[in-house]
Amino acid sequence: MKTLIRGGRVIDPANKIDKIADVLVSEGKIAAVGEALSAEGAQVIEAAGKIVAPGFIDMHVHLREPGQEAKEDFGSGSRAAAAGGYTRVATMPNTKPVIDTAALVKAMQQRAAEDAVVHIEIIGAVTKGQKGEEMAEVGDMTQAGAVAFSDDGHFTKSAKVLLNCYDYLRTFDKIIINHEEESSLVEEGVMNESHRSAMLGMKGRPTVAEDIAVARDVMLAEYADARVHVAHISSGRAVDIVRQAKARGVKVTAEVTPQHLTMTDDAVELFDSSTKINPPLREQKDVDAVLAGLLDGTIDCIVTDHSPHAQEEKDREYMYAPSGFPGLETAVGILLTDLVHTGKLDIATMVEKMTAAPARIFGLAAGSLAEGMPADITVLDPELEWTVDEKKFYTKGSHSPFVGRRLKGRAVMTFVDGRLVMENGEVLA
Amino acid sequence: MGKNSMSLRGKDVLALADFSAEEIQMLLETAKEMKNIIHRDIKKVPALRGKSVVTLFYEPSTRTRSSFELAGKYLGADVVNITAGTSSIVKGESLRDTLYTVEAMGVDAIIMRHKAEGAAEYASRVVSPVIINAGDGAHAHPSQGLLNLFTIMEKKGRFEGLKAAIVGDITHSRVARSDIQGMRKMGIEVHLAGPKTLLPRYLFEEDGIYVHDRVEDAIKNADVINVLRIQLERQKAGLFPSPREYARIFGINDARLELAKKDVLILHPGPMNKGLEISPFVAYGANSAIQEQVQNGVAVRMAILTHALTGGKEV
Repeated sequence: MKTLIRGGRVIDPANKIDKIADVLVSEGKIAAVGEALSAEGAQVIEAAGKIVAPGFIDMHVHLREPGQEAKEDFGSGSRAAAAGGYTRVATMPNTKPVIDTAALVKAMQQRAAEDAVVHIEIIGAVTKGQKGEEMAEVGDMTQAGAVAFSDDGHFTKSAKVLLNCYDYLRTFDKIIINHEEESSLVEEGVMNESHRSAMLGMKGRPTVAEDIAVARDVMLAEYADARVHVAHISSGRAVDIVRQAKARGVKVTAEVTPQHLTMTDDAVELFDSSTKINPPLREQKDVDAVLAGLLDGTIDCIVTDHSPHAQEEKDREYMYAPSGFPGLETAVGILLTDLVHTGKLDIATMVEKMTAAPARIFGLAAGSLAEGMPADITVLDPELEWTVDEKKFYTKGSHSPFVGRRLKGRAVMTFVDGRLVMENGEVLA
Repeated sequence: MGKNSMSLRGKDVLALADFSAEEIQMLLETAKEMKNIIHRDIKKVPALRGKSVVTLFYEPSTRTRSSFELAGKYLGADVVNITAGTSSIVKGESLRDTLYTVEAMGVDAIIMRHKAEGAAEYASRVVSPVIINAGDGAHAHPSQGLLNLFTIMEKKGRFEGLKAAIVGDITHSRVARSDIQGMRKMGIEVHLAGPKTLLPRYLFEEDGIYVHDRVEDAIKNADVINVLRIQLERQKAGLFPSPREYARIFGINDARLELAKKDVLILHPGPMNKGLEISPFVAYGANSAIQEQVQNGVAVRMAILTHALTGGKEV
């Protein structure tokens, strides 16, 4: 079975390709990328005017299995991924129970095989129960196929515990992804500490909580010569810390979300919990700084932090609503509309941050259109206009702050192992 | 009444920020009439006869809840009180479902107090009765802001050019925020002071609002001092060293009062911690309007209910 995706602009940063070309897929693998490839025996898909890229990778999603299937499961979450143009997502272990053993990693891989329409990578917990006390069996989980380790959602309070984890993981060449908010400074906070929080009387989560957390964890990684990945960076000062550390040769990488690149805390309204996220939406100077960090390479990749919750959990008092919203189905449209079409971000850079970069950081056999690679492909129509409609979401989550936005550009096809799983927003599997 | 074409009928009362200076003035004028009713032998007018009002309180309250209840009753409305401890709220019913239940009983207004900032605004988007915010977290307490303005109007006869000091725990105070909004709308200069641990770091950047490091600087030549309640758990949370030190450095006492104007008006939202944020001499002294505030609270709440439920036409 062959497919020829013909005449699109192929952007394949891993192989330094950006040109009008054809992509030939055969037996689920990339067979060739080139001009005027033979269509013999192939189903032809015309892609003129479209962007053809390696399948998008999101290294930070919460698919909520096991235990929180009312929020999301691998079936709904992977369909949301396919609808948004993602072919591979890595799901966080803050589940019930926490994914902190090899048996759970394997069980989740089994669940992915049963229900998912895109590739799902399993991130294991760094510490047992994500409690930040005792190291989880990270070696066993590595051998079971865990892609990385994270206590995401929680700050590792003990520097000693984190240092031990850094040291221990050297044997396995795996990365820790750190949620960076010093916990004593954000205990009751529900939004950024700012002029707006002062006016609203809301308890704040100050940028300095993120800054000192990033500073500590980067210094510890430097000391241990370990690799550390900063999750969803949002503070401008934290970006500075990562930039300086990279200049010293520290093995630090960082990720950012579309919301932290495009929204400020001015969007926070008391009656609507959709803007409640951790770390919170910051001020314009931080938004400008994270974009600058993305452009100069301080920030390596873009993730969604897709965090679905059940409707009734979010539809309540801001203070009591859980943090997070589903981002997989809106990320590409938001990035194209607010950053690419406005000239702030080059589309080739955007593709690199969502394909080659995460593959390189996490050692994935993905994110490239080289011959013989799995045929995970995302086709974008950068001009297609559409409106974000919660009713059309595949995720079980609700309360996205992007609902109602008129966007320009979206993924129109998603191929996983050569199989078309999404076309024009409809998931086919 | 009737001379004014403005109508607040059906308007939710969520925060003073949502009201114009003219609307606030109209509410204060009505409150003046209402205060006369409270002084009558028979304190009952039929303005809200046939209307039903629910007070829905998720936090304890003495004066606010009972003054709203009396305000409704003096105006002839039927008033039902729901408090968190004695309702299905303790069974874990969500705010949305409780609101639906209250709405289904056909009430015209829900007077609501809640710990969460924005709870009243959320309620206003969920159900159709008029929502009157009786305090939402540290966000707003519009009827308290209004009764403070009413008390100032009665005692000073004007707003423009007055200097008010708000002293104490600004961070956690919905009263402070409502005062700031209301006072600025009416042209009063606002000076804030308290321990820096109890002042928001990114404070009010508007004109006419001044933040001081020392209480003395805030109350100097003040026409009004609103002394905020200090909750003792703030000391436990490490925000100031001891009640003793608070009283000595930030408390409003006779010696400090000398710095203000001779006829300075002392306000306090209650309940007071005498000997902590305010000395007994100041609390019960000649400048204190603290008891008067309570009576004015009933009058102001009568005005709010009348305008929100009838547009103020039927008194």
